Amino acid sequence: MSGLVLEVVSIRPGAAAQPLFAPLDLTVAAGSITTLMGASGIGKSTLVDFVGGHLAAGFEATGRVLLGGRDVTRLPAEARRIGILFQDALLFPHLSVGDNLSFGLAQRIGGRRARRIAVEAALDQAGLGGFHDRDPATLSGGQRARAALMRTLMADPAALLLDEPFSKLDPALRSELREFVFDHVRARAIPVLLVSHDREDASAAGGPVVLLAER
Amino acid sequence: MTAADGRWMRLCVLGIVLAGLVLPIVTGLWQTGRAAFGHLPAVGAVSISLDPWRALAALPGLWRSVALSLWTGVGSTALSLLLALALAGVLNGRLSAGRTARLLAPALAAPHAAVAIGLAYVIAPSGWIARLLSPWATGWQVPPDVAIVHDTAGLSLILGLMVKEVPFFLLVLLSAQGQIAVRASLAAGRALGYGAGTAWWKLVVPQLYPLIRLPVFVVLSFALSVVDMAMLLGPSNPPTLAVAMTRWFLAAETRLILPASAAAFLLSGLVAAAIALWLAGERAVAALGRVWLRRGRRGRVAERGLVLAGAVGAVLAALAAAALASLLVWSVAWRWSFPDAWPESWSLGAWMRPAAGWGPAVVETARTGVVATLLSLALAIAWLESEDRAGLGRARWAEALIYLPLIVPQIAFLFGLSIALLGVGLPAGAPAVIWGHALFVFPYVMIALSESWRALDPRLVRSAAALGAGPWRRLVAVKLPVLSRPILTAAAIGFAVSVAQYLPTLFLGAGRVATLTTEAVTLASGSDRRITGVYAVLQAALPFAAYLLALLLPAAMRRRRGLAAS
Repeated sequence: MSGLVLEVVSIRPGAAAQPLFAPLDLTVAAGSITTLMGASGIGKSTLVDFVGGHLAAGFEATGRVLLGGRDVTRLPAEARRIGILFQDALLFPHLSVGDNLSFGLAQRIGGRRARRIAVEAALDQAGLGGFHDRDPATLSGGQRARAALMRTLMADPAALLLDEPFSKLDPALRSELREFVFDHVRARAIPVLLVSHDREDASAAGGPVVLLAER
Repeated sequence: MTAADGRWMRLCVLGIVLAGLVLPIVTGLWQTGRAAFGHLPAVGAVSISLDPWRALAALPGLWRSVALSLWTGVGSTALSLLLALALAGVLNGRLSAGRTARLLAPALAAPHAAVAIGLAYVIAPSGWIARLLSPWATGWQVPPDVAIVHDTAGLSLILGLMVKEVPFFLLVLLSAQGQIAVRASLAAGRALGYGAGTAWWKLVVPQLYPLIRLPVFVVLSFALSVVDMAMLLGPSNPPTLAVAMTRWFLAAETRLILPASAAAFLLSGLVAAAIALWLAGERAVAALGRVWLRRGRRGRVAERGLVLAGAVGAVLAALAAAALASLLVWSVAWRWSFPDAWPESWSLGAWMRPAAGWGPAVVETARTGVVATLLSLALAIAWLESEDRAGLGRARWAEALIYLPLIVPQIAFLFGLSIALLGVGLPAGAPAVIWGHALFVFPYVMIALSESWRALDPRLVRSAAALGAGPWRRLVAVKLPVLSRPILTAAAIGFAVSVAQYLPTLFLGAGRVATLTTEAVTLASGSDRRITGVYAVLQAALPFAAYLLALLLPAAMRRRRGLAAS
């Protein structure tokens, strides 16, 4: 039972409003990438917010989120161990590329040297060797996205949400980055939920595809 | 062509700013500097020497005054900033920006002097807090003989400054928060396992701070050189350097003027040193912060820090509210002997004879404030419009020019300026006071208006141009009406700044111009809390009325034009 399970999840944008989509039941097995598709504006990002624990005030949600058999619905975002790769690869502008990664690195890796080594190794894996002290603003879109993924993985998440992480990249870069992201997350053997409106994302992910239905 | 038109307009604005704003400051500093080295023909000193400095060094309590200024100035600024950063974290996501700004308005509108007087009435041994606890909890039948207000360590002064500066920092932070991705940063941090409070300190604060650096220096300079609040709450013997030198400047013996000028010079150096110290502190904090960040700890200390800040903030807000309320209660009290929490009898006596005092002061204050604000507003609009027309952004030096009057300590150039004015045959009096106020009103109006002016949807102006409207019609028929709310808000802020001015009125009015602020400060050293209360209430009420007007007027104007409010 190491999967990510959503049970009859329903979200309304206000107490009096209609639900965004029909109640959703979904199981994402560990090691698989499940793609959740739906028309734009149906509430895919809101669902990601709900699962990750970031739902904005004003939204009303029902249903449960279970991770590895544990109910995390009431837990704050930071206690869920659910990593998110956002649409804009938001690197913290006040930190260097390397420090962005060390900010993500799990705290059980102690000692300045050990942490630095872990960060450099991750940078190398992402093809960003030698970028430790670079200002994130000087990175290209693809480099930023790779750095953001490494930062997310360094926190050692128990599940991963990908919120249309490729939609803002140009087509040539998109397939290359997809491959990079999918390779890295498959190696982790954790449940991964990809939210997208792009069919190519779904076929590249190679896992189950679920359609978010209108209510 | 509008671009050429704009360049010409820009030159005009720059000329006015240089002549009206920079020149008086530079002249004032120059005159003060000459007096500091012994040259002041008005008192018969014409030689250049170090005598004023020797006289200054020989004045009793000088070094203690210097130390007090540094301690209260740097201490209050650092504490206010820390608390405001924490409170912004507490309020973030709980209270909308608009509502926070409205809640802060009364604290921002109340002048320093009124807050200081009210605070003294609350925390003094005979104040409201002691009264509420006596005699049942303390056993006091008479006020205890301890120095709370005017304490030698300057703690009351620090508290008073914090009551005013924390809301100011919060407002500045509120607008800075609009410029960075606060929500996304916090979400990214929490997805990596950091609590909201830890993510606030590690991710949001480092992005916010660079955006509010100039306002921090403004507060630092102000806190080091503040006179009215330091007279009302600060240590009295010796007082802070700014208060000491004001006493020397205004002393009956004119021989004290030269060392006072040297002290003004010293204070400018002190402000510069404090800013240098602060910059060094910034680097140290940044270096330590980086180490802290790299360790990747997901602890919960920061969360508890935010809870504590929320509690301290609530206490400060309660003190501010009690301070303003105590002014009102005292102004209508008749008999109010010590341990009683409320007056035994009430009277409107202090309010009954406006002609005998507060009436003329209200007129003088309002007139000075309105004229200084209108002048500043006109110049600010001309500046912003000329930027639009010339199609140029604001250079860094231009931004620095706006902040100049707020960072150079007032006292360092105001006295020199009054001498310079005499020298060129411009007498002290109401016009000089209005000018002196405008020096400080203009920067605030400019800062308040710039952001909304730039945020104006450019498509509106382009649409008007496409319909054949020229630059003037675009300004009058589109920009000004659309921006009426921020313009009125900027005007209210400017008016509040003018009402609060103490030193410019004192030095440039040569004692002939009596505003609510100068009167309230003078009266506060006397014993009649009722009369003082009346002046302080009015002093706080005028800016508040201006804020209220700025809030209500746009809605009323819309209604008159037949546009529904919602």
